[in-house]
Formats: sequence, C-alpha cells, structure tokens
Amino acid sequence: MIELLANRYAYLLLFVLLGIGMYMIIANENLVKKLIGVNLFQTAIFLFFIAMAYVDGGAAPIVPNEGSEVASPLPQVIVLTAIVVGIAMTAVGLSLIIRIYSEYGTLREDTLREVRADE
Amino acid sequence: MSSADLIPVLLVVAPILAAVLPIALGLRYDRTGWSVAAITMTGLFAAAVYLASVVYTDGQVVHALGNYDSRYGIELVADQFSMLVVVLVAAVAAGVLAYTRRGGPRGNTFYTAYLLLVGGLLGISLTGDVFNLFVFLEITSLATYALVASGDGPESAVAGLKYLILGTVAASMYLIGVGFLFMATGTLNMVALADAIPAAERPTLVRAAFAFIFIGFAVKVAQWPLHTWQPDAYQQAPDGATPLIAALVSTASAYAFGRLLVSVFGVDYLVSMPYAAEIVVAVGCVSVLAGTTLAVIQRDVKRMLAYSSVSQFGLVIAAYGIVIHDATETALVGATVHLIGHGLMKVGLFLAVGAIAISYGARTVDEYAGLADNRPVLAGAMAVLLISLVGVPPSVGFVGKWYIALGAVQSQLWPVAAVIFLSTMLTLAYVARLLEKMYFTPASSLESPHRSGAIVADGGDDVPDGVADDTALEGALERNGDPSGSPARNRVGRGSPDDVSFGMVAIVVVVTVVVVVLGFAGGAFAELLEPFLTEVLG
Repeated sequence: MIELLANRYAYLLLFVLLGIGMYMIIANENLVKKLIGVNLFQTAIFLFFIAMAYVDGGAAPIVPNEGSEVASPLPQVIVLTAIVVGIAMTAVGLSLIIRIYSEYGTLREDTLREVRADE
Repeated sequence: MSSADLIPVLLVVAPILAAVLPIALGLRYDRTGWSVAAITMTGLFAAAVYLASVVYTDGQVVHALGNYDSRYGIELVADQFSMLVVVLVAAVAAGVLAYTRRGGPRGNTFYTAYLLLVGGLLGISLTGDVFNLFVFLEITSLATYALVASGDGPESAVAGLKYLILGTVAASMYLIGVGFLFMATGTLNMVALADAIPAAERPTLVRAAFAFIFIGFAVKVAQWPLHTWQPDAYQQAPDGATPLIAALVSTASAYAFGRLLVSVFGVDYLVSMPYAAEIVVAVGCVSVLAGTTLAVIQRDVKRMLAYSSVSQFGLVIAAYGIVIHDATETALVGATVHLIGHGLMKVGLFLAVGAIAISYGARTVDEYAGLADNRPVLAGAMAVLLISLVGVPPSVGFVGKWYIALGAVQSQLWPVAAVIFLSTMLTLAYVARLLEKMYFTPASSLESPHRSGAIVADGGDDVPDGVADDTALEGALERNGDPSGSPARNRVGRGSPDDVSFGMVAIVVVVTVVVVVLGFAGGAFAELLEPFLTEVLG
C-alpha cells in the first residue's frame, strides 16, 4: 500500500479529482457549478493521460535531445485535442445556462424544478 | 491511388467545412442554409452510394490521412459493416433535409448544426482509431445539444443541458477507457489494438477499459437506467430535428460500440472475459423491458416513441451480448439489421409525428383520435411503421428481431428469447393504443379547435415561445370544450392540411415503402455482411 502511494500517487490524486468532479455534478444544485464539475472531471482525465505519458527523467517531446529518453508525445497530442473538445462543450453548456437563466430567472436546479412544476 | 480512396475523407471533411457556409453566407443573405445543405447532401449521398458499391464489390477501402504511419496517424476505414451505417446516415439526412424545406426550422444556424451532425456521424462510422471515435462522438453530441436546445419552449434548453452533462460524462468515461487501452497496448489504431489486446501483459487494464467504454456507450445509446436524457431530448427538439437525432445519433453510437466489440476487443477475447457477456445481455434485456413499460404509460406521442427507442436499442445491446457470449454470426446480423431498420422506422415515425403536429395539431395519444378519417395517408404510413416497430412481417422490424431471437436460441439463452417475446407484447400494447385512437375513435369535439385555428402560411420559425411544454399539452385535453381561447391552442391547433406540403407526406410514404421492401430483402443484409463476418468471427 505504501509502495503504491509512493509510486502511483499521481493516479490516486487524479481519481480523487475525478471523484470531486463527479460529486459536484451530482450534488450541486447550481447549474454553473455543475458545469465546473464536468470540467474538473475532464481535467482529471487529461492529467491521467499526461501522467501516463510521463517518463522518469524524459525530455519534452518537442525537441528531442540526443540520447535522452523522451516522454510519449501521442497522449499529449490527444490531450490537446480533448481540451479543445472540452472548451466547445463548456461554451455550449454556458450558453444553454444563459438561456435557462433568462427564461426562468434562476440558476439553481431545485428552484428550476419548482418553477417548472408550477407551470 | 484510385478515386475511391479519397471518398472516405471527402465524406467526413466536406460536411464539416460546408457547415461554416450557412453562417458565413448568413451575414449577407437571409436563407441560404437550405441550399448549401442540399448541395452538400446530394454530393455526399452520391459519394456514399458510389463508395458502398466499391466496398461491396472489391472489399474494404482504407485511407491513411497524410500518408502517416498508422501507428500514430489517422486512418479512415470503409468496410462492409461501416458502409451500411454510412449509407443510412446519408439517406436519412437527405430525406430529413427535403422535409425541412417546408416543415423544418429554417434559420441558417439550424443548417450549420445539421451539417456538423452529419459530418460527426459519418466520422463515427468511418474512423479507424479509438481516439478519433471520441472526437467524432463529441462533434456529433455538440451538434445534437444545439439542435435539441433550438426547440420552441424554454424546456428545450433544460433538456439540452441535461443531455450535455450526461453526454459529456459518458464521453469522458469512454476516454478513460481509451486511456486504459493505450496503457495496456501502446496503440490507438483499431487494427493494431485487435492484435495487441489478446497479447496484453496486464489483462486487468483491458477489463477496466472495457467496463468504462461500456458505461460510456450505455449512456450514449440510452440504456436503462442511463436513458433519462433521451425522452426529454427527443420531445423537446424541433419537429424537423427529432427525426434526424432519433434515427441517427444513438444508432451511430450503438454501431460504434458494436465495432469496438467485434473489431477492437475481438469476440474471441471477450468470450473468455469473465461476466462480460452476462452483464451486456442483462443491461440490454432490462432496457428492453423498462423501455417498453415506460412507453406504455406515456401520453405524449414523441415521448412514447423515445421510450420505445430505449427498448429497441436494448435489443441491439442484448444482441451484442449474445455475440460475445459465444460468437454467433446470426445475432450480429440481427443487431446490424435492427440498427438500420430501427433507424428507418424511427425517422419515418418522427417525420409523420411532425407532419401530424403541423397539419392536425395532435401531440398526445388522445389527440390522435379520428386521424385516419382526416389524414388517411399520414395515418396509414404511421400505422405501417408502428406495426413494423412491433415486428410484424413483412417489415424490416421483423427481420432484425427474428435474427436476434434466432441467435439467442442458438446460444441457448432462453431468457433473452423470452424477453424479446414479452417486449413484443408490450410494444403491441402501446402501438395498439395509438392505432385504436387513430382508426376507431371518432374525432370528438377535439376536432373543432383545429378547424378554427388560424392558418399560418409559414410553417417555420414564427412559433410563439413557451407554449410547447408538457403541462400545456397535458392540459389541452381538459380545455377542448373551449376551442378558441387557450394559448396552447395557438400552436397545437393551428393545423391545416395546407401547412404540409406534398413533398413532406411523400417522404413519409417513401420511408414506409423502404421499411416494407427491406423486410423482403432481409437476407440480403446477411450476404452484404458476409465478408466482414468471416473476418471478425472466423
């Protein structure tokens, strides 16, 4: 267990972050905070990919030094693409939240449920 | 390099590039969206049919983008399995486009989202590596969120956001699975993965990857209990967009899951994975039963059909479970036929529902009373499609169910066969309820508001906000004694036959005819798939 903590602490931290994101999505009533939860969840996955590509003492894959080991570039490229996807998702989500706010005048899901039930 | 090699690239890139045009041209001209989309779709449809003819005669077409090595480059692969979905996407999208000319949302932004959606769907069908599958899934999903949220009422924004949060979490789950696969094998290419997975040193990682990927797709395909986004999304999306979403988005996800099962993990590997088949079959079967049961108790027709999708996709997932239980060819053919057939049936049904809502003003099951007398063609087409949904021969709905049930029996999975039989009975329950209203209940006083409703010449954008929500529709029944006044009637009751063009009805009829004709041609699917099946199942 201690060995696991010493060698794999990055993964443990990432799954804690994943859990925080998931918890925010489920438990937070505020729509904006829910969306931030989704972002945290995604960020944890991005970090997971980066941790996976890490090579102890490896150089950055942009300009490889002769002879030294290089971190795997493929996951880093993947994360770059995934970040773009995440930004697009956040933009669409926020614009939907703005529309909901202007229609119902609330950002909280519980209030929203009451308003919709009243109609 | 022959010309067919370039077509997969064209199919993915052309709609995504063309998606920019409606907005760019919209700065100067008002309504160019439809024309841009129509030109693009005509080209795409022709290209898809040509590519299909090449693939079915000469075998698969592979294109490596930029000629990079497939270990780190991007590959597009068109084979017998993917071309079925590509042709379905092109045909359905072209049909829906013709329908939206008169019936649909008309803004330029709608056509941007529409073209992005088509590009994403074709990308899902053609991509050859698991990470680009994630990217295309997200392109498709983003376009779908926008389409759902472009519905009339504020409810549509809530439905869109719900779908966005669930869909993003699902895609992220899939991405975690991809990460595990990469850790276990060091590659993302589907062909390379298929070789590397059975040899992976750490099988636990592969199992975890499978679990995450399955959960991700269970949300995307709307399997119970992760289906909750689907009824809201289908109901709240504009009538012109629902057919597209209902027929294609979950279908493409289900296809992608099947592709991962048979070409990436490999059936031989999954057969030996403990509990994999049992869990997939169980999730599918529970969805079949839950979906049909929930459909029976719905009052809104669009919502009822959405729950019916949950159950029909449950059948497909159960069929995949049978495939990985002991590698039966029959169940895989059944899953494919049912995917295609269900897509066609749902596009026809939702197009008919849209046309009926415009011309007859009916949205709930009760309001469908007397439809057969007033709109015989639409009612007839809808009846045939509904009966096909139950699985009555000769229709494509029967062929798919038959192959799946046959596969279950061959694999000695009797509970699955029982579930299919039970769900057919329950499907008949909600179909019969609607048919009874359409054909045997005379149009009561409900009819009068439709007659008095104002005839709106433009069936497009000018729908008043906020009257399309659930409560207004459910309240419509109580208000039917008061024909003119209620605001809900502005939308529900503005119907007139003039709002539906001949073309809109013609498309519904064409889809119905195709569904029946494919029912006769059911065995042809198995022949088309034959080379693919021998490759993946040995």
